[in-house]
Amino acid sequence: MPSSKRYAARAGREVNRDSFIEEWPETGLIVTGSPYDPAPSVAIHDGRIVEMDGRPEAEFDILDRFIALHAIDVAVAEAAMATDSTALARMLVDVHAPRPTVVRVFAGLTPAKIVEVIGRLNVVEMMLALQKMRARRTPSNQAHVTNRRENPALLAADAAEAVERGFAELETTVGVARYAPLNALALLIGSATGRGAALTQCAVEESLGLRLALLGLTSYAETLSVYGTEKAFRDGDDTPWSKAFLASAYASRGIKVRFTSGTGSEALMGHAEAKSMLYLETRCLMAIRGAGSQGVQNGSISCIALPESLPGGVRGVLAENLIAAMLDLEVASGNDAMASHSGIRKAAKLMLQFLPGADFVFSGYSVMPRQDNLFGGGNFDADDLDDYNILQRDMQADGGLRPVREPEVLEVRRRAALAVQAVFEEMALPPVSDAEVEAAVRAYSSEDMPERNVVADLEAAGEFLRGGRNGVDVIQALARRGFRDIAEKILTVQKLRVSGDYLQTSALVLPGGRVLSAINDPNDYQGPGTGYRLAAERAAEIDAIPQALDPRAIGAEPAQPPLRLEETGDAAAGDNPREIVIAVGPAFGGALQATLLGLPHARVLEALIQGVEEERLTARVVKIRHTSDCGFIGHAGARLSGSGIAIGIQSKGTTVIHRRDLEPLDNLELFPQAPNLTLDSYRVIGCNAAKYAKGEPVLPVPVQIDNLARLKYIVRTTILHLKETEQVDPARRPQEVRARHA
Amino acid sequence: MPDYPLAEKTPGQLKTPTGLDFTAITLEAVLDSRVTMEDLRVTSEALELQARIAEAAGRPQLAENLRRAAELAGVPEERILEIYNVLRPGRATRAGLLALAADLEARYGAARCAALIREAAESAA
Repeated sequence: MPSSKRYAARAGREVNRDSFIEEWPETGLIVTGSPYDPAPSVAIHDGRIVEMDGRPEAEFDILDRFIALHAIDVAVAEAAMATDSTALARMLVDVHAPRPTVVRVFAGLTPAKIVEVIGRLNVVEMMLALQKMRARRTPSNQAHVTNRRENPALLAADAAEAVERGFAELETTVGVARYAPLNALALLIGSATGRGAALTQCAVEESLGLRLALLGLTSYAETLSVYGTEKAFRDGDDTPWSKAFLASAYASRGIKVRFTSGTGSEALMGHAEAKSMLYLETRCLMAIRGAGSQGVQNGSISCIALPESLPGGVRGVLAENLIAAMLDLEVASGNDAMASHSGIRKAAKLMLQFLPGADFVFSGYSVMPRQDNLFGGGNFDADDLDDYNILQRDMQADGGLRPVREPEVLEVRRRAALAVQAVFEEMALPPVSDAEVEAAVRAYSSEDMPERNVVADLEAAGEFLRGGRNGVDVIQALARRGFRDIAEKILTVQKLRVSGDYLQTSALVLPGGRVLSAINDPNDYQGPGTGYRLAAERAAEIDAIPQALDPRAIGAEPAQPPLRLEETGDAAAGDNPREIVIAVGPAFGGALQATLLGLPHARVLEALIQGVEEERLTARVVKIRHTSDCGFIGHAGARLSGSGIAIGIQSKGTTVIHRRDLEPLDNLELFPQAPNLTLDSYRVIGCNAAKYAKGEPVLPVPVQIDNLARLKYIVRTTILHLKETEQVDPARRPQEVRARHA
Repeated sequence: MPDYPLAEKTPGQLKTPTGLDFTAITLEAVLDSRVTMEDLRVTSEALELQARIAEAAGRPQLAENLRRAAELAGVPEERILEIYNVLRPGRATRAGLLALAADLEARYGAARCAALIREAAESAA
């Protein structure tokens, strides 16, 4: 236990629940620059790579061989490898070097050379490079949709909400593997209920995954995992060739595929061979490119907390996203698994992909609360959606989402749950009750869902698969039960299997069914004025968060009781030494009716007068019209006051006790934080003003210090002050008033 | 890339593997069971078109993958899964893989897939 109280306080912070370790290169616990990483080299003989990164062909492991055969363009390799690494690094951030040129040159580099080039960039340069090098111009996002009880109505409702919120791809998985066909079915229905029709996938074992896709229950897969050493690859029960074949198998049926890799997996599996995480990840990415995958999800993925425990881990994760992009692969850039306990650390990490934009900023944003996420948490989840939308608005950055209002969300959730209910009935699956539908609409998590008969569901799921029930059956069931629009949208996506359009790099399906990919939306970033920019319509959508109030309406609320101060003529200087002037701002008891905190002006004025009268002095109320500044209001009052003492008060409630002989911006007491003033504070201010007039000793009114007051009230303060200032008439002298309050 | 997306730019030239016109795939046709899941598949021809598009975009490896896929378009699903499983580590000997490659080439004309399998064979025991 730390002896310092500050150390103790910090020890309790979220960030200190994260694990941190020093580097240990021999085990691969090092993000970049292991002393055992090879130096870059290439030798080419008769168009064949015979040496790579210091290793002769005879010593190639399976990854070396696959990379040498498939991933390096021998036509440019010698020239590219001979280029200084700093010069290559500069190409990545040089707005005069177009992306296609950079891609061509980098196709000639070996893994070690790529790591060396990336080593020359700092994080800001990498972000600029990612903005330039990602394949698709328009960024987008992928959602994770799961729940602990594997409730189909809730899955469909969450899927529909995800699409409504703008997610272009939805991924589900299973707690119990045998649920897969039903989960895929629920996701499919939900994915076509909202504004568009997202691509869907169900992360399960490879051959089951392929089967679900062939049945038309899913439209893409990203479970094709790749590892950076031969031993890890074999532990994953694959070789680069088996993965390459599997990729072709999916494509042969018109199904989109992206591979998966990420820093840390080899160390976690005990097979890092003393190499740095980034070097091994680069080998993965080159194998992925060699296999002909259009893309990859990387960014450490489920291992994220491992690189985050090491120096440079978060930088390393951005580096791997960037390497994928410069290898011309679609990148779904991670941000999916829990990376930290600390909100600061999570958000800071997110910015590295969010600000440059990625093909998919998340390879799974959890649209459910964490407890329902079967992928291991979700670095951002349902509770963070408002934060995310507000970050988009703050940065004017497109993170792929759109703010949505509750009624709209509830409507699509209900419709999705009803559609699942109908399809389950049509296809003789275990019934989805009305209570389940209702619960799915408003549930926070699957805890709020009625229990289902798990045994019956699993039996039905097995039967569903054995019977070869497929996407066409689902479309027919939906249409028969009056969900033609959903049926139509599912068919729109299924039709794309015939054209193969979404097999191209970075493809997604827009609402309406149009395919957008790196072919028809190539990233053409070349500095300001190029690349992706928020169109006016998209900016307006991002800006229109439901939390945003109409500023014109602020301060226009009526107060009870109302106060009407009638101006009855120019105020004269008083000669009564027992008089305190209460000088109110131009909008007080007029255009404005209450203080910042909502205290009615009528009550505030009463309290001030009461305080003055408790000290047996009299109060005279005047309205200042030529200024809205608190100090000047108070000073103008003091110059009219028989005692020379005045209280100045702005409509928002900021108050000053002033004396005639002081400079306008000096004061006896100032109460700048109106939110902390109660009616009793105003009464005491009245007393104190009277005591100053009588020459008695005065204990200043105690004021709470609230450092959050400015944060909480600055918007309201600004608007109330604007409205006060609107009432200023520089030519108008202070006015006598007659208070008419009910 | 003037003809991309094919579904949008040249739908009239697209067919299903069963010979149906792409434009004939409508909800009504699905409801009348004139379109089945068998129809909702890409053809070798469309995959070749996509391979050309990928190639023209400077993606030779993706193009190669799409051409391997074109070879597999007519291969039954069970056979594909079998081949995949055989390619996994330790499942087959070098000779077994070479025989598989030869069979795939002879039976389906899948020269590119066969070449990939032969390469894999070199790394097998």
